[in-house]
Parts: sequence; structure tokens; C-alpha cells
Amino acid sequence: MLSSGLTLIFSMMGVLNFAHASFYMVGAYIAYTLTGVLGFWLALLVAPLAVGALGALFETTALRRVHKFGHVPELLITFGLSYVVLELVQLIWGRTPVPFSPPELLQGPAFTIVQSPSSGFSMVWGAASEALCQGAQCSRFPMTRAFMMVVALAMLVSLWLLLTRTRIGLVIQAALTHPEAVESLGHNVPRVFMLVFGSGCALAGLAGVIGGITFVTEPAMAAVVGSIIFVVVVVGGMGSLAGAFVASLLIGLLQTLPLTVDASIADAINRLAGAGTVGDGTPGWPLLRITLAQAAPILPYLLLVLMLIFRPKGLLGTRES
Amino acid sequence: MSLPTLSYRPNPWGGTLAVWGGFALILAVAPLFWTSSFAQTMLSQIGIAIIACLAYNMLLGQGGMLSFGHAVYSGLGSFLTIHTLNLVSAGTLNIPVSLLPVVGGLSGMLFAALLGWVTTKKSGTTFAMITMGVGELVWSMSLMIPEFFGGEGGISGNRVVGKPVMGISFGPQIQVYYLIAVYCFISTALMYAMTRTPLGRILNAVRDNPERVEFIGYDTQMVRFLAFMISGFFSGVAGGLGALNFEIVTAEVVGAARSGAYLLFVFLGGATFFFGPILGAVLMVIALVLLSELTKAWLLYLGLVFLLMVMYAPGGLASLIMMNVRVAAFGKLKRVLGHYLVLGITGLLALAGMAAMIEMLYHLQLNAALGPTMKFLGVALDAGTVASWAGALALMVVGGGLFEWRRRGFARTWGAIQSEIEHSIQQREGRA
Repeated sequence: MLSSGLTLIFSMMGVLNFAHASFYMVGAYIAYTLTGVLGFWLALLVAPLAVGALGALFETTALRRVHKFGHVPELLITFGLSYVVLELVQLIWGRTPVPFSPPELLQGPAFTIVQSPSSGFSMVWGAASEALCQGAQCSRFPMTRAFMMVVALAMLVSLWLLLTRTRIGLVIQAALTHPEAVESLGHNVPRVFMLVFGSGCALAGLAGVIGGITFVTEPAMAAVVGSIIFVVVVVGGMGSLAGAFVASLLIGLLQTLPLTVDASIADAINRLAGAGTVGDGTPGWPLLRITLAQAAPILPYLLLVLMLIFRPKGLLGTRES
Repeated sequence: MSLPTLSYRPNPWGGTLAVWGGFALILAVAPLFWTSSFAQTMLSQIGIAIIACLAYNMLLGQGGMLSFGHAVYSGLGSFLTIHTLNLVSAGTLNIPVSLLPVVGGLSGMLFAALLGWVTTKKSGTTFAMITMGVGELVWSMSLMIPEFFGGEGGISGNRVVGKPVMGISFGPQIQVYYLIAVYCFISTALMYAMTRTPLGRILNAVRDNPERVEFIGYDTQMVRFLAFMISGFFSGVAGGLGALNFEIVTAEVVGAARSGAYLLFVFLGGATFFFGPILGAVLMVIALVLLSELTKAWLLYLGLVFLLMVMYAPGGLASLIMMNVRVAAFGKLKRVLGHYLVLGITGLLALAGMAAMIEMLYHLQLNAALGPTMKFLGVALDAGTVASWAGALALMVVGGGLFEWRRRGFARTWGAIQSEIEHSIQQREGRA
């Protein structure tokens, strides 16, 4: 769900931002510091704005300067920025995770699914009482995840409305494809670019705040999401908002569902062709032996490769690179 | 890639022999000057890095392909080489150790053919993202298949195999160095020759204007794919040499950090010139080995230098050198030398101030237990007092201010010299 928010910005920016995950991380850290001063809810508001301002600053001072050299230097400069940001974050906040915990309201489960032998499935809002859970299976769904979904959905819908239904959205979309024409109509294109980049970074910051409370706030958090969001963009199709949304759902499922399956190809062959068909001595045994749960981390990348072979445009892609 | 290029060559053919002879000479005598074993290990690493960076630049500089996963091909080359070495040790295979890097090269090419078929379908930024994805794929696989990748501990081998041929057993580091030097020279020459072939030329054309290449009947994807395979071969050779050099291969050789380092240093060295990556490779080993020993903040410095380079000198070090060679060729170097001296001193002042502050921050962050005092460039600094912070800040502000002031004067002189040169070139062409 998180990467959906992240990728959306990507596709509308036109400039590929390798430091995007770094802005995500900075968002989490700034919110962590601000929470101590302002409280969480204000920090949730202020931190993305601060990250957005940093992003706009970077755009005006550095990115704009290399814009005339073409796409590759643009990509390179964000790549260099990701190094600098990582080091600066370690310099300011240290190399170990910081204790950034969600506020009272978001702690605990959002709802609980109770599976009891007597009454079957039922759902209870909030935490189920101890009495109910005795003699039944309770699966709790954490509040932070529910909050993440709500924010991501709100972000998506408002972004989509903004881009397709308002004047600003039209100007932004036009400025990405035909900057000269938009310029001659009297719009300040460099400022549009700055605003788009800044708001993109702000959204990354917002995602970072939520990611920070849901997962761990640590210097490695940028690297964790960094490459996945690129996969999402390619699989969804370059420049397609809806594609990014579908792809992030798909990849979210791909990352989590296989974790529950503890079976390998070898198991499958043995079950179909009788036990003992393949074993220790079979060629390729190390490959066959890997369980689906072990393979879960590579599945998104595998999907990327398959996608490129069978549908290079991406799921809902329109713009050819 | 539309980086600014210079099409100035002082003497097209006469200097060729001197350049290559000089290169061979440097490779041959370098270990005679730096005789300590540490220096020789570093020289060996530089030789390997030169091959790897040149192979990388075949994609970045010549093909305009920005790869974020190139360590995959050198890394897989390393792994297959060490496995082959172990097979040779076990007596199953009979290949001389000196040919093992070719095995690495062939396996690098094989994987490049396999994975490159998918990655080269796209160009530009999509290509960058896909190579990154493929890199991550291989990296995650390396943790899944410990039989091949050796898990956490890696795979080790022993390069001293069989009877010594003419006294060469590859036991001592110096023998390995010369093996690397020979491979380095041959690979460099081959890769340079490659830029002169029709394939190399059409690769440049694919970088600059893919549509036109399509119009004259070439398949751009095929051209990119071929270049990718050749680049994979040389990366694999570098990987194989690395395996022989260290006698151990761990999973980090296929990791994203390694790929990032190739990209960073090839760019710093200069992607638009053939010799740029060689400078980059030397810088890479020096930075990775020496700088990381010297300071904890080296990654920060590296990132900042990279940012400034992308912004102000997108041609890298090589283009800076060539620009000055051009000025010298027109006999105008004397006029900028004074500027360089002043700029160098003021720049160093500003840098020292900034570095002092960064070092103090790092010191507070990492060595808090050792107390606030530390040594920086021979000066004892107390990171706990206002005085040292104010001193460092003043140094940075004053140095930076002077630098900026002199830089403007320099920029004027430089611009004047450039237009004079343009003018005299035009005159010369007009006369011819």
C-alpha cells in the first residue's frame, strides 16, 4: 500500500527520482523529531511540508541546473543525493533505529477476526476481549496498517481528482509533455516543475511518517523500499497512475502471500509423481528445494522480468520511453 | 546522453604508440616502485578496477545506457571462476590458472546474454530501473542459494594449483599482479579497438540518435544487446581476476553497493572519454581502500563531490583534463595557472573548515566514549567547545567567500580564452 503512494508521484513527475526513498526516510526522521515537540498529529502535517520544502530547494538549486543536459544527469544527480542524504541522516540521528512508536490512538488492533468453533467467523472492532479469544482463534489487524490504507486511498483519490479535474492538474500534465507550449501560454514552467517535485517529495515524506510508525525508523529503511518502487513503476507502466496503483497492490500481495506457503517445487513433484522422485541427489536440487516462502523476496523482481518479456509496456502503460 | 563533448585530438596517429607504450610501461614498472605488499595488493585491485570500469563505460559512455546492476556480471564471473578453480584443485578439470579469468569472462557474457535480452529491450531511464531490478533479483537469489553463493561466508579457493610453469605458481602477489597487468593491457586494447569497429560506431549512434539508426536499417535493440554482451564479457574477466586475487568470493560482489560504486567512479573519471574510466578506477581503489581508512565520513564526501561534479563538470575528470590540454596546446595555460593556485588555496581553506565540522560531528556521534577531543589534520580539536566550531565555521565562510570571489574572475578569463581559441580555430579553418 505504501509504495502506491510513492509511485504515484513518480509517474507524474517525469523526472525519475532515485532519491525518492531518501525523502521517504527523511520524512520519517523529521516526524520522529517533531513528535517530541509538537505531538504526532501536528508532526504528521508538518513533516511532509518540511520534506516538500527540502525537495523544492533541491530542485531549484541542483536539479534545474542539470535539466538542460538531459535525462541521464538528472537521474545521476538524484542518485548522488541519495548517498548524501543517507550519510546526513546517519550523522544527525545515528546509525541505530530510533524508537518512533505510533500515538495512543493508533496502537493496538483496528479489528479482530474471531474464528471460534461454536459461532464460526465474526469480526469485532478494536481488540476482542480476552474471554472471547479463549477457545477461539483471534487474528488482529493492526491499527497502523488500517491508517496507512486510509491515508493511501485518500491520497490517491485526491491526487487523481487534482490531476484530472482541476486547472492546476491540466497545467501540470501539459507542462510535462509540452513545456514550450505551456510557457508561451503564460505559465511559469520552472515554477510548475518546482511545485511538482516539491509536492512529490512531500507525499514521499507523508508516506515516510506512516511507514516510520508502522515499520522501523532506521537508516536502512530507504534501501528497503528503494528498488521495489522502481519495480512497481515498470510493472504498472511508465506514466500511468492507475497502473501504479494496480501494480503496488499486486506486488504487495506477492510479497506477503507466499510467506504463508511452506512448500517447494520438490514437494510438488514428489506429491504428483509419488514420494521420493526427487531428492538430495537430483541435479538442481538446491533450486528445487527452495520453498515459496524463501523465494518471496525475489518474486517482485521475477515479475518484472516476466512482465518485460510478455508485455514491455507494463500493465496499463501508455507512454513509451 | 547529451553530455558536452570535445572533439579535439592533438595528434591523431603519431601519439598512439607513445600512449600505449606508456600505458604498458606504467603497468610493468609500477610494482617496482611500490614494493610493499599492501601497495601491490592495491595495484592489483586497480588493474581489476580498470577492466571493470572500462567495461561499464562501454554501456554508459558509449551506449548511453545507465546500468544500476552491473556488478551482477562481474560478480557472477567471480563465482564461476572460483568454482572452476575449485574443480581444478579437485582434479576434475584441467585448465591453467592463467586462463581462468577467461572462464569468468565467458560466464559473464553468458549471464549478460541471458539477462541482457530482457534489459536491453528498453533504453534510457527504463533501462536504468530494469537493471536495478535485475541486480536486486540476483542479490536476493544469492542469499537463497548458499550452495552456489556460499551464504554469508562466501566461497574460498586456492590459486596455487598444480606444478609451477617456468617458476610461476601464482603464489606470490607480484605474480598475480603481472597476470592482472597483462589481462588489463589486453582488455584495454581490445575495448579500445572495439570503439573503432562498425559496431562501436553504431553504438555511439544508438546513444545519440536511436531514431535515425532505425531508419538506416539497424536494430537498435540488437546493437545494445551486443554491446551489453561484450561489456558482460570484460566485466566477467575483471570478476575472474578478482576471484584469483582475493581467493575468496562473497555475495557482496553482486550487490547494489558494488554496482553503485562502478557508476559513481566511472562518472567521476569521465564517461565521455575512453581513458576517463581508467582515472575513475584508480580513484575508486584509492577511495575505497585509503579514504575509508582515513575518515568515517568518506561516503558523505564522496556523495558531495559526485553532486558537484554532475552539476558543474558533467564530463568528469577526463573532460577537465582535456579542456586544459586544449588550452595548453594553444599556449594559453600560463594565464590560468595563477588562478588555479589561488582557487586551490581558497578552496582548500573552505574544505578544511567544512571537513573539520563534519569530522567533529562524526566524532561526537561515534566516539562519544573517547571524550570530545580529537585530532584533525594534526590539529587538536575539542568538539565540545564553541571555539573550535566557530574557528571551523569562520575558516569555511572566509575560504568559501574568497573562493567564490576569485572563481568569478577565473570564469571571465576562462571564457575569454575559450572564445580566443574558437576564433583561432575558425581562422585556421578559413585559411585551409
